[in-house]
Amino acid sequence: MSSSIVALSITSLIVALGSLAGFFARFGRKMDLEQWTVAARGFGTMLVWLLMAGEIYTTFTFLGASGWAYSRGAPVLYILGYQPLMYVVAFFILPAVWEIGQKRKLQTQADFFQARYQNTYLSALAAMVGVIAMLPYVQLQLTGLGIIVEIASYGAINRTPAMIIAFTIVAAFVFVSGIRGVAWASVLKDLLLLFAAVFIGIAIPYHYFGGIGPMFAAVAHAKPQHLVMPGSTKNLGHTWYVTSVLMTSVGFFMWPQNFAASFTAKSGKILRRNAVFMPLYSITMPLMVFVGLTALLVLPHLSNGDLSLLTIVRQTFPAWFLGIIGGAGALTAMIPAAIQLLTAATMFAKNLYRPVIAPGMTDRQVGTLAKAMVVVLTLGALYLAIATSVSLVALLLLGYSGVAQLFPGVVLGLFSKRVTTRGVFAGLAVGIAIDAALTLSGRDPYRGLNAGFIALCVNFAVTAIVSLVTRVQASGLEEGSPSVGTSI
Amino acid sequence: MKRPHIGSLLLGLIPFIAICLTVSLWDRIYPMVFGLPFNFFWLIGWLLLTPLCMWSAYWLEERTPASRDEGGER
Repeated sequence: MSSSIVALSITSLIVALGSLAGFFARFGRKMDLEQWTVAARGFGTMLVWLLMAGEIYTTFTFLGASGWAYSRGAPVLYILGYQPLMYVVAFFILPAVWEIGQKRKLQTQADFFQARYQNTYLSALAAMVGVIAMLPYVQLQLTGLGIIVEIASYGAINRTPAMIIAFTIVAAFVFVSGIRGVAWASVLKDLLLLFAAVFIGIAIPYHYFGGIGPMFAAVAHAKPQHLVMPGSTKNLGHTWYVTSVLMTSVGFFMWPQNFAASFTAKSGKILRRNAVFMPLYSITMPLMVFVGLTALLVLPHLSNGDLSLLTIVRQTFPAWFLGIIGGAGALTAMIPAAIQLLTAATMFAKNLYRPVIAPGMTDRQVGTLAKAMVVVLTLGALYLAIATSVSLVALLLLGYSGVAQLFPGVVLGLFSKRVTTRGVFAGLAVGIAIDAALTLSGRDPYRGLNAGFIALCVNFAVTAIVSLVTRVQASGLEEGSPSVGTSI
Repeated sequence: MKRPHIGSLLLGLIPFIAICLTVSLWDRIYPMVFGLPFNFFWLIGWLLLTPLCMWSAYWLEERTPASRDEGGER
């Protein structure tokens, strides 16, 4: 049997097992919108952990981190920097978000904006930002899946058909199982990913250099400039590091799917406890970086850094092992993509389409529209993944800089009584405009600063100034508060 | 909303200073520690130390009574 058949059949088997776990999780439960999106708020520490890990450890962990270590060098350290810090931010805001979610029966991030600011247009704008920012993120997962199948088939299957097959499975998976299925499929994925990361992160440097220490000694000898910032780049220095770490660590839980994952918990305490210990799970990240650095010396001429991890696995291990790594990688692309699609589709139907275009829709119709949107959004991301080619990290940063603009509205909404609807609306609009202008014109980083960070600072300033000059308004979170100040 | 305890905010600030703001102090290869370049060693170390800071913050938050609540939700 040829190597590509062995590797591909094992990869497919793992994908099938993961999907089955998802399909079976729905049995015995009535699937209404509440169950489909937030699992009726019944998740304990373990499932919330798995769900959050399912969203956090994506293809990006797997291929993107090693890819940047390979092509850029030390700037990849920003990933090791923001991972623990985003949980520090989560520690302070998620329990408060959960509490409001519980009281107001919130299902999406835009629901939060609706409940706090009582303004349909602000919540629709927040939904739109979330849905658009999610497209590059889903595109990232698709591109990752394409790379996996291409390498696991030893080049026999092209990236495009591979992406089409994989995303048919993802869309079907989201359709049938909802969030509970996704959390259970994460069990298999996380076990595999942990095993794969720890094993290859240690074995590959050992195989070529006799250990992680000797590997670093060799890199420090051959390419010392690669190991300190800005590495092999010109503009990713310390200023970029600081601004990117700050932007991503506040941005992380502004991803609509990560924000809404907190609604699935049974209590705020569960979220806070998770936030304390989650950084320990990030220990897989440096291991992926080690693999990328090993590949730099062993396979110096790859066209694309994102290929480095799988190429070196293929060169080092037998085909069946490549199949397992490919399967773990495929699940790390499919499951986060499923969560992202589920969230984006629900938010589009519930917070954008119904309130702005068709106020007469019933909950049932919203559910149906959300499922239809899963297909539409998947096709959109598929189109982007086929039509454009950008590195995985670049895609991730693009989406982050968009969702990070929601941060002032969330954090001030939770802890300040002075912030107003107009302030948040103005700040968000200006933040998105600046971010889009800088990023789309290729000016990220701008003068060494991360573009999303610049936009976020202006966003905060505008939110604060406009809030101070507009009339004090009651928070929608106070019980029995009248619906005032809802007009823009 | 109940605002976080000032002590836990300060504990949360420690990892931000160590990991983010002080980058120019620790972004170097030598001295290597446990075979890792110093910058890698530093950041991996903080993956382990951050939970320690936040565990103390957790402890602080949990033992603070809700009566400190400054309006908003009652």
